[in-house]
Amino acid sequence: MAFILLGIITFIVVLPIILIIGYIIKNSMGMVNWEFITQAPRHGMREGGIFPAIVGTLYLILGTALFALPVGILAAIYLVEYAKENIFTRIIKLAIVNLSGIPSIVYGLFGFALFVIFFKLGTSIVAGCLTLGIMSLPVIITAAKEALESVPFTFREISLSLGASRWQTVRYCVLPYAMPGILTGTVLSLSRAAGETAPILFTVAAFYLPRLPRSVFDQVMALPYHLYAISTQVPNMPLKLSFATAFVLIALVFILNLASIILRAHFRKKKTW
Amino acid sequence: MVDEILKVANFNAYFGNVHVLKNVNCQVRPHEILGAIGPSNSGKTTFLRALNKLNYLQVNYREKGDIFFNGRSLRQIDDGVLRKKVGIIFALPQVLPISIYDNVAYGPKVHGMRGRTQTDEIVEKSLQKAYLWNEVKDRLKTSAVRLSGGQQQRLCIARTLAVGPEIILYDEPCSGLDPISTARIEEAMRELKASYTQILVTNNTKQAARVSDRCAFFLMGELVEMDETAKLFTSPADKRTDDYISGRFG
Repeated sequence: MAFILLGIITFIVVLPIILIIGYIIKNSMGMVNWEFITQAPRHGMREGGIFPAIVGTLYLILGTALFALPVGILAAIYLVEYAKENIFTRIIKLAIVNLSGIPSIVYGLFGFALFVIFFKLGTSIVAGCLTLGIMSLPVIITAAKEALESVPFTFREISLSLGASRWQTVRYCVLPYAMPGILTGTVLSLSRAAGETAPILFTVAAFYLPRLPRSVFDQVMALPYHLYAISTQVPNMPLKLSFATAFVLIALVFILNLASIILRAHFRKKKTW
Repeated sequence: MVDEILKVANFNAYFGNVHVLKNVNCQVRPHEILGAIGPSNSGKTTFLRALNKLNYLQVNYREKGDIFFNGRSLRQIDDGVLRKKVGIIFALPQVLPISIYDNVAYGPKVHGMRGRTQTDEIVEKSLQKAYLWNEVKDRLKTSAVRLSGGQQQRLCIARTLAVGPEIILYDEPCSGLDPISTARIEEAMRELKASYTQILVTNNTKQAARVSDRCAFFLMGELVEMDETAKLFTSPADKRTDDYISGRFG
């Protein structure tokens, strides 16, 4: 009896996901084709494809990774391997936990104020990536911290007892074993960043820009913002186009998540301790 | 030749508020095997790990007094340099999840050895000295995790030897091993006497009696007595030592 109840509750949890995906697939049927994903929008975005938005989102993911990955991993290494437990590090850890709870629109405004205005980067890919990066940092740091902490202490002890320096120990005896966990956590946080609208709203997203960006200081279209724009800002928009865009966005996020799952499975097979 | 390679002077160690070692004074002679026996929590492991500053990996560790290695205070010796010279074998065989070869080559690598032939040579020599070479020479590239416990422990010895230590510390090296593996390790220790000073912490009093030249008895953080093994086990000066080795407690 209890099992049936639990089963039903679990099903209720999964149901919305199935419904959302099913609904989107049903409504975008026939719309998502080669032309749709390789062509620029036409006629006030009412026709054509979403190629620039796909490219824009890919650029944003890449740029965010380039910035947030090294910073996040190095911060986690510092916190786990070097920092002594004191008030200072406790404040940092508390800040990281709290930062991950800040609404993304606040990151958007912050990025706008800091990168777009103060650093005069303008509405640009750099500003957008930095904003998305700052938003992803808490998640990346937390994932990397957990991955580092899951490496047995004995590995460090062995290395240090042989006279290796702290950095050599991290480099040879900790990082290789923490990397799978770090990577999977990072890819997940990037997939979340890819789907965010608010942080890119004021920092990078272009309403309509059918050409591809020429430099990192250009604006780009991006899938989440494009979806928002065509769903609310363009009159007489064929609904199918919105659903098709949503489908592509979900597919992209899904591919990233899948990549993270495959990565994890691959590394788990190699894990021997 | 100096008559003492290590000198421990008025040494005290604390974990937080717990006074783990109380005013320990002793000397270690070159090329001897010094046994250290005593019940759990007697401080013998802390004593051992103080000799290559491994205790500092624990939080809240403090120490007072001094230890001299070849006449130099440990405080003045860089951690890396000291640990290269004073190696340690842990209680449970702890190998890295990499190949047998890489486990042994790890130490030389972090100390800057790059040449392939040079590394090959030191790996072979170290494994031979640890009595492991014949068992693993055909599968150096396989994972060290697949070795048996006793083989892993000898691999740990080889790994320590590969960085060229002067002193080898053993922290209950046979506590997880069967009698035959134990005998192999003890055999290796006797062979290594010619080139190294060895300190053996053990819960197994018989093992200390078998292998050590001199023996120290620790009780509740105090170094109660330290003497020639034969003398300590036949006519100990302190009543507490007598009680412990004759099995009246501990």
